[in-house]
Amino acid sequence: MNFWSQALVIARRDLRIEARAGEVTGVILPFAAIAVFVVPLATDTLTVRLADLGWPVYWLVSLLFGMSVALRNSATESPTQRRHLLLLGVDPVARFAGRAGAAAVLMIAVMSVTAPLMVLFYDPDGLPPIALWAGVVVLFSTGLAMLATLAGDVTVGLRARSMLAPLLVAPLAVPLVVGSARAVESVGRGTSTLGPLMLLVIADLGLAISAIVTAQPLEEATT
Amino acid sequence: MGDAVVDLQEVGYVVAGVTVLTSITLQLEPGEVLGVAGPNGAGKTTLLSVVATLLAPTTGSGTVLGATLGTPGAKAVRPRIGLSGHDPGLYADLTLSENIRLWARLAGVPESAADDTLARVGLAGAADRRAERCSNGMQRRVDLARLLMLEPSLLLLDEAQAGLDNSSEPIIDALIDRCRATGGGAILVSHDASRLATRTDRVETLVDGALGR
Repeated sequence: MNFWSQALVIARRDLRIEARAGEVTGVILPFAAIAVFVVPLATDTLTVRLADLGWPVYWLVSLLFGMSVALRNSATESPTQRRHLLLLGVDPVARFAGRAGAAAVLMIAVMSVTAPLMVLFYDPDGLPPIALWAGVVVLFSTGLAMLATLAGDVTVGLRARSMLAPLLVAPLAVPLVVGSARAVESVGRGTSTLGPLMLLVIADLGLAISAIVTAQPLEEATT
Repeated sequence: MGDAVVDLQEVGYVVAGVTVLTSITLQLEPGEVLGVAGPNGAGKTTLLSVVATLLAPTTGSGTVLGATLGTPGAKAVRPRIGLSGHDPGLYADLTLSENIRLWARLAGVPESAADDTLARVGLAGAADRRAERCSNGMQRRVDLARLLMLEPSLLLLDEAQAGLDNSSEPIIDALIDRCRATGGGAILVSHDASRLATRTDRVETLVDGALGR
């Protein structure tokens, strides 16, 4: 079985488990939707325009709930299940790609629901073309999914895992948030989207290379 | 001993400063079934993990199915090794059928063979039931079905009978008989030496990480 077939089987496994458990669709997604509406309550809306808050709230909610999606996904395998996969000869990089891919798909689903809610509620200035927004969401989700999957693997077996993994992800996700926010806002400002998009692509490539280099030793160390 | 299925020479394993295995020397010949008995914490599960190539020995050397332990070549023989431990390792949200089909796909085995093996262990009627809704004994039988399907050359069973009723005994016998017949080998470990005596050719005792008859 080749690399991509293995990754596809792993991704389908995670998506099927999510379809049954319903944690993303039943818990994370509704709370993310509520968070979109709750954030303005913490601001003085007399001096801050809702339209100015729209995109920052969107990326903040996407970061926080995206981390939850990916970290929940990376916690679905027990040590025995990882041993089974190793003995079946599954490439650790394919296993990583499958899990990160499934997490990215779920994140894109969450972001696709919260985006129209944000637009309806905040009515931000200068909406980007759908294609640009979709491209940014794919790059952001893929990067965050890889980052959180890596953090999940680094913290496997640690007692403080649930606290440590988000602490690792949040600061390292800054290039993804900056790149995504600037790319979308560049439409309203009339500036080039090339720089922010390049930042996202470079961040994703860096994370992919990190995953390829570390997947094997991490898997051996945590089995 | 170049043709031995397993050949360990003075193998030791130390983790976080704790010595788990000390100077283990053992051979498993083709067609042989070895029992390893010992109390809890003796190092039985660690020994199986070393033989399964999942842990590299910290001292000594060894070969498993012709591959040298602790080298990249050892990973190549992993698909020929069948390991079953205390935890069946099923995905709780997937059905029994989906679990075994997942392993079949990753191993390159036809999915029809997965369904057949589930029927062989008497679980065809529960194939569409989620693993979390099955008893531990049923889950253990699915784990044994996985080994039946994968047909490993080296079988490693850790407390194989735990949680299983008498009707599951023939499944374990079938796995062992297949290994004998095909020139492979099997290592069974248990805290109860009397359970091992009936199924194995010889029983070694492991105490505090060291072997002694």
